[in-house]
Amino acid sequence: MSAQTFEATANGETPLFYEVEEHHHPEGSSTMLGFWMYLMSDCLIFAILFACYAVLGHSYGGGEGPKQLFELPLVALNTAMLLFSSLTYGFAMLTMERPGASVRAVQGWLIVTGLFGLAFLCIELYEFSNLIHEGAGPWRSAFLSSFFTLVGTHGLHVTVGLIWLVTLVAQIGMHGLGQANRRRLMCLSMFWHFLDVIWIGVFTIVYLMGVLG
Amino acid sequence: MSADTLHNSAHGHDHGHDDHTHGDHGHGEAPHGSLRGYMIGFILSVILTAIPFALVMTGKLDGTTTAVIVLAMAAIQVVVHMVFFLHMTTTAEGGWSFLALLFTVIVIVITLSGSIWVMYHMNANMMPSPAAVTETMSQQ
Repeated sequence: MSAQTFEATANGETPLFYEVEEHHHPEGSSTMLGFWMYLMSDCLIFAILFACYAVLGHSYGGGEGPKQLFELPLVALNTAMLLFSSLTYGFAMLTMERPGASVRAVQGWLIVTGLFGLAFLCIELYEFSNLIHEGAGPWRSAFLSSFFTLVGTHGLHVTVGLIWLVTLVAQIGMHGLGQANRRRLMCLSMFWHFLDVIWIGVFTIVYLMGVLG
Repeated sequence: MSADTLHNSAHGHDHGHDDHTHGDHGHGEAPHGSLRGYMIGFILSVILTAIPFALVMTGKLDGTTTAVIVLAMAAIQVVVHMVFFLHMTTTAEGGWSFLALLFTVIVIVITLSGSIWVMYHMNANMMPSPAAVTETMSQQ
């Protein structure tokens, strides 16, 4: 850098120490990176909730533990729903990227994704209501408090993702697959796949390791 | 770096504008997936999910072995999702997204290992285990 300054001065030019002009970035060019930063910060929220669960997960307060409470077949079904929804969202993105992509086809894949997501949520709510019915609500023990907080936060993210998905289905129906809408679809794609990554942690640490003991 | 500097100083006037062109290849293009990529990711995920569930549900292997396999498969599956679904590469967004990921992973490792380590010792030192409490209560 100093060599450059020296050389520039030697040529009789004013050395450039800082740029006065604004950078001309095309609109939305930094959205994906910014959204990735958001996802990483969201990741930290989940890391803290996982840490809470790891610390409190064995404090049953004399109540029932994961072995008695969790039904693995139901969790396996839930995992399958989320994994299928990840795949169908991938198909939506592939359809979108094809030249001359039809709005209907993209909408179709998005709706299929949304239905899988909805199935996931329904199964999770069914599980929650079962637990609460058995008297194993979040107030019962530190283990159940941390369980409901962690899994509930993930479920809340899926709910928000579903609302976003429905919004985008309407949006591309009205305005087509323009540059802005493609960007939004890509952000939701990252969000959706990210939730699936978090779910890997949930079913492994909470359910499988919990039942294992 | 030095070659770059020399190049820029050679075109002294353009210097300020040359730097902007990185926007064209760095940010404009989003990482693209392919049908093959999604299918590979999906099939690997199914395998890496089915094996841990089967091991825990049937209880074929002993606890420790199962735990190690389950955790290892989860770690592999996270990488599979990152590569095939989130299209994570070390060069996407000029390397910044990978750097953010790396930073996040470091913070997560510190948070998790620190919490578990400290709180385990707190528990061991401070609190009677539930079993001990019941024993004391039954003795009284």
